[in-house]
Amino acid sequence: MRSLSRLVRKFDSINVRYRTPRIGMSPAVRISLMTLRAYLLFLVALMLYKFVSLLLA
Amino acid sequence: MNVFAKLYYRLAKGAKAVQLYLIIAGPGIVVMVADNDAGGITTYAATGAKYGYNLIWFLLLLIPVAYYVQEMTVRLGAVTKRGHAEAIFAGFGAFWGWFSLIDLMIVDWLTLVTEFIGMTSALEIFGIPPWFTFAAVVLLLGTIVLNGRYWTWEKIALLFCALNLVYIPGAFMVHPSMHDIVRQGLMPNLPGGFDGQLFFFLMANIGTTIAPWMLFFQQSAVVDKGLLEKDIPWGKFDTWLGSVLTVVVAVFIVVVTGTVLRGVDIVSAAQASAQLQETHHWVGTFMAIGLFDAGLLGAICISLASSWAFGEIFGWAHSLNTNIKEAPWFYACYFFMLLSAGAVVLIPGAPLVLITLFVQVIAVTLLPAALVFLILLLNDKENMGEFTNTPLQNALGGTIVLVIVVLSTLYGMSVLFPGLFG
Repeated sequence: MRSLSRLVRKFDSINVRYRTPRIGMSPAVRISLMTLRAYLLFLVALMLYKFVSLLLA
Repeated sequence: MNVFAKLYYRLAKGAKAVQLYLIIAGPGIVVMVADNDAGGITTYAATGAKYGYNLIWFLLLLIPVAYYVQEMTVRLGAVTKRGHAEAIFAGFGAFWGWFSLIDLMIVDWLTLVTEFIGMTSALEIFGIPPWFTFAAVVLLLGTIVLNGRYWTWEKIALLFCALNLVYIPGAFMVHPSMHDIVRQGLMPNLPGGFDGQLFFFLMANIGTTIAPWMLFFQQSAVVDKGLLEKDIPWGKFDTWLGSVLTVVVAVFIVVVTGTVLRGVDIVSAAQASAQLQETHHWVGTFMAIGLFDAGLLGAICISLASSWAFGEIFGWAHSLNTNIKEAPWFYACYFFMLLSAGAVVLIPGAPLVLITLFVQVIAVTLLPAALVFLILLLNDKENMGEFTNTPLQNALGGTIVLVIVVLSTLYGMSVLFPGLFG
């Protein structure tokens, strides 16, 4: 139990340490990150579709 | 100054440059040669068997592609003194950091399984049981990393890189026609016209040239080795030499299978080795040794890439210059990856083919993100200073990244939906 709470604290400290992105959020960076999110969502949707179609087959 | 004095001066200068390079050499060559891992060897063997020498020109095009992507990690590592995982966390925040770290762990673990598949199947050709290969590899890799010095680890890894050149004598032993190699291989052509199958092979070759773990590995290796800004030119040269070597080895594999196994359907490099042994015993043997070495090199680098990344983020000591007492979590992570991935291969009826395919699909979820982050980080003037990407480097790197992202995505999709491109 103690080691679990220590682990949670560790994750929290990492999240706090890296909460603010250090890189300047210029329009190019914002567009890149937005495109990346859309791309990853597309891939996840594709994999889910494949998974469901395999289950139904 | 007379002629002899000038000559002596030039020779002494050259010898000093070689000495300096030998000190700095390592991360670039190791990562590039390890890129020809077990999966890569299968791809090249299948490419040669299917299209003969016709796609050699395409492989040569991959030299600058691999170089321009990997040299960015040299600059980033030498200037920021941060590994790629830490650079993503710091640069883009915890969300993208966790995404990259968890994705890297999954991709690395699955790729490590494929390395063990390659190594066990290669040694099975010599009658060595998989459990023995597994135990010997874990023992060997454990001994290499536990010596407590980055330098020793790197030089041993370079020895294994040299063994990867075993394909070169193999290619000469099958007596290929130089005329055919030049005529068919060096003139850009699309054998049989552009169709779905050719597209799949082109994408597979690109997919094996740039893998996500390579970015993380080389940047962390540059940091662990302690390369500084002044070492960047040598680090770049090291990367260039490595990218030439990796493609040269690939070309020689294509020459071997293109000469002897033309028209044979190759599903694994081990199958190619066994078939080669029937007609050219020593060539088949070299192929099997090369496959084992490729898997071993891949395993050396991939398990380290993950351990370095976790060490950077969790704040553990994470250097090969530390011993197991000083960096217990770093080595625990390393051995966990190695033992768990290797054990999968020993499970009777494990879905190994599915795992091999799954690697390619998962890799495309990480590769584009890692490449985009790389370009953005290299444009961060505040941190990169004079080593920020120039407009030309951005144009080159950006184009390469865009092409890799599009093709690797299509490759991942064609693995998910095999009939997609006909």
